[in-house]
Amino acid sequence: MLKHRTDKAFKAIFLLLTTFILLQGSAQASGSSDGQFDAGEMIMHHVMDAHDIHLITLGDHHYSIPLPIIMLSNEDGLSVFLSSKFHHGLGAYNRYALDNGHVIRLGSNNPMAQSDSLDMAAAKSMGFSEESWQGYFNGRPSGFINVSITKTVAGILLTVVILLLVFVSVANAYKRAPNEAPRGLQSLMEPIVLFIRDEVAKPSIGKHYERFLPFLLTIFFFIWTANILGLIPFIGGFNVTGNIAVALVLAVFTFILTTMSANRNYWGHIFATPGVPVWLLPLMIPIEIMGVFTKPVVLCLRLFANITAGHIIILSFMSLIFIFANQYGAVAGYGVSIVSLAFGIFMNMMELLVAFLQAYVFTLLSALYLGAAVEEHHH
Amino acid sequence: MEIISILLDAAYAYMGAGIGAGVATIGAGIGIGRIGGSALESMARQPEAIGDIRASMIVAAALVEGAAFFGIIVCLLIVLMK
Repeated sequence: MLKHRTDKAFKAIFLLLTTFILLQGSAQASGSSDGQFDAGEMIMHHVMDAHDIHLITLGDHHYSIPLPIIMLSNEDGLSVFLSSKFHHGLGAYNRYALDNGHVIRLGSNNPMAQSDSLDMAAAKSMGFSEESWQGYFNGRPSGFINVSITKTVAGILLTVVILLLVFVSVANAYKRAPNEAPRGLQSLMEPIVLFIRDEVAKPSIGKHYERFLPFLLTIFFFIWTANILGLIPFIGGFNVTGNIAVALVLAVFTFILTTMSANRNYWGHIFATPGVPVWLLPLMIPIEIMGVFTKPVVLCLRLFANITAGHIIILSFMSLIFIFANQYGAVAGYGVSIVSLAFGIFMNMMELLVAFLQAYVFTLLSALYLGAAVEEHHH
Repeated sequence: MEIISILLDAAYAYMGAGIGAGVATIGAGIGIGRIGGSALESMARQPEAIGDIRASMIVAAALVEGAAFFGIIVCLLIVLMK
């Protein structure tokens, strides 16, 4: 019985790996027939935000999931419409147009204000305005702001939905049968949650770890899930945690929580570091104050740089195939594809590890900073 | 004066970015190599602590890599911004 179940497990894992490898292979099949291949532009397009979820391009046709564009303007107020109205940069709607990924506003007497095929250069030459938060909030008539649901925001919402589905069902299972052994999804989540509680929260924070445990668990699972989401091919290439704004917000959460729950000892360590002679304090205090701000910035940059660098490396290995094919002919492309594929798969596996590791390091450091903030005096 | 105007040429920024990225990677390599080396030594001295040592090694490596990534990001910004 046990041998049968481990056999099934091995077969399932093997099938999963094979599918993953084959999917990697078919990633090369598209894209070799559209003129000169610009690796830099392709990589940037995958790593940056977009107003639709671009799934695949077959020949001339782009297949993508449109996302809502939400624009607030001082002239027109709120405009909500799907990004499919932009026709991938060829159309204008309500005087809004997509110029190289940015939404611009065409002038008010522009005849192409609502058309399906737009000559961007001609339309722009008749006057256009760009997004300006300062302009909007100062009441300037041409000011408008872009608060659309972009691909990154859609990725965040997708991560939230996944987390809610998993954890609400696990919590309900515990509520229904509180004294029974865990079954199913519970047995997957329980060791991980206990790992965070026993290895990260308790040693770092000490007595009051329960106050911060929900925050630490949320941060950990959100970053882990968002990282994994960015690694799944063919669903549009999300890059949630690889967006510096998202990483910054997560770090700001830690910063706000640390600063708000800091006790006298914490501020005492900053403004009167124990064991430091008085004449050295004018040097230590600015350093400590800078430390208060650099710690969240470092958290943000570490997460952002690790994830973005990983994506760029994988994309670069795949682009190598097309670069070689363009330079030296199709045979060179096929030849390089073996090496590229091997490295690409290896980097993908490495990125799976990095996804977990970066989530763990972010949570561990947040726990350490929180622990330092609520530390009791012990001399 | 000639030297100054030559050195302000934009091409040197790209060269600087490339060299900077390389030096940052050297720093990461040295740091993580030392972490790995001392971790292996201590694992050999005390095989019961292998689990703890492995966990600490990975965490320390992630932190050192973070420092290297700052350098990489600065170099990337040099190349991508005007």
